Amino acid sequence: MKILKARWWKVLAVILMLVTFVGGFLIRIPDVGALDESIRNLFFHVSMWFSMVLVLTVSLVYAFRYLSTNKLTYDLLSTQYAFLGIVFGMLGLVTGSVWAKFSWGAWWVNDAKLNGAAITMLIYLAYTVLRSSIEDLQSRARISAVFNIFAYAAMVPLLFILPRMTDSLHPGNGGNPGFGTYDLDNTLRLIFYPSILGWTLFGVWIMSIRTRVQWLQLKRDELI
Amino acid sequence: MRYWWVLVRKEWQLELKQKYAVNGILLYLIGSVFICYLSFNLQPNALNPVIWNALLWILLLFTAINALSKSFVQESAYRDFYYYTLVPPQALIMAKMAYNAVLMLGLGVVGFGLYALVLGNPVQDMGLYSLAVIIGCVSFSSALTMLAGIAGKARNNGSLMAIMSFPVVLPILLLVIRIAKNAMDGLDRSESAGYIWVLGAISVILGTLSWILYPYLWRS
Repeated sequence: MKILKARWWKVLAVILMLVTFVGGFLIRIPDVGALDESIRNLFFHVSMWFSMVLVLTVSLVYAFRYLSTNKLTYDLLSTQYAFLGIVFGMLGLVTGSVWAKFSWGAWWVNDAKLNGAAITMLIYLAYTVLRSSIEDLQSRARISAVFNIFAYAAMVPLLFILPRMTDSLHPGNGGNPGFGTYDLDNTLRLIFYPSILGWTLFGVWIMSIRTRVQWLQLKRDELI
Repeated sequence: MRYWWVLVRKEWQLELKQKYAVNGILLYLIGSVFICYLSFNLQPNALNPVIWNALLWILLLFTAINALSKSFVQESAYRDFYYYTLVPPQALIMAKMAYNAVLMLGLGVVGFGLYALVLGNPVQDMGLYSLAVIIGCVSFSSALTMLAGIAGKARNNGSLMAIMSFPVVLPILLLVIRIAKNAMDGLDRSESAGYIWVLGAISVILGTLSWILYPYLWRS
């Protein structure tokens, strides 16, 4: 909790977001064939998915920590990270949809990767429904932590195994090359890596504010 | 292990005692197969193999969710406390899972047999298709038993069970439909081997997680 109040990483988040937006829109794009200028979506769509997987993993870790310590703080963090994962996932779907329209010609195509992503969203929305259906704080925390871990295990094959076993339009799957092959002179990486960190930090900032608000509400209602 | 076998037998005896539960599910399965039969009867040969396969698995999935969602609410909360004092929780979840797997296998075989009887049987590689039914039913049980436990704890069983289980079971369903499709088209078995391994791995992982997590769930 301490580190969430520190200031330095929020400054870093702002700088990295500026780098992502300014650099992402202004940088000179290397020759990437048919993708052309739409490759700039790499700094938004792809890095949002990276951030989503990252924060959902953190949510999983906090679910484990809650189960081993029974501290409600961890439950709060686990939930808020899962919520953050949902936000990034939705944004990832929207940005991906725009990209699909311009490079494949349709807003949504029937593709293993896309369907997996949509199902992942369903899993975590089910998590929020589960949470809201239980009144008691401790049992809500425990039951949802159990579901969180269980759901994560079901999500991994959906996003990382099944798309690689079938034909897919999506880069990096079904025998398609990922972006590493396009980026011959490393200019894309120069923005791509900072953008992943930037989106993650930016998300964690929002998450930390929500966590603290919830924490104060619990304190006010004398539940902790 | 000793407890485990006693608990599996207990599940079986409970089922024998309350025959309405399993009979109800059987009737549900038979009824839905019959509905499919009558609906597709309107136009002969309308049912192409892809639809035939998908329809069977959707039927089995709904049957599985209906059958297994009962597994934690059949007994009263007080009896849960009683078991809590007697046996380790891991034995309980494993017993339920094993019993559910056997139950699902029975339902799967009956469902598949009846379905093939009334709607025709386009399957070319029966051996592999049977394997798909077996492994599919066991995987359903490994994923749904724990979810039934979670839904049972949340005391809002029906809709919550459906909401939680559809997305979690989907990877299993996608894999099993693919294996079944390969078997139906009579493709070489090596085509399906990779899918079977992944499906087995998912079931083992979900089973192991249930084993690890159930003690925490039980305490609430």
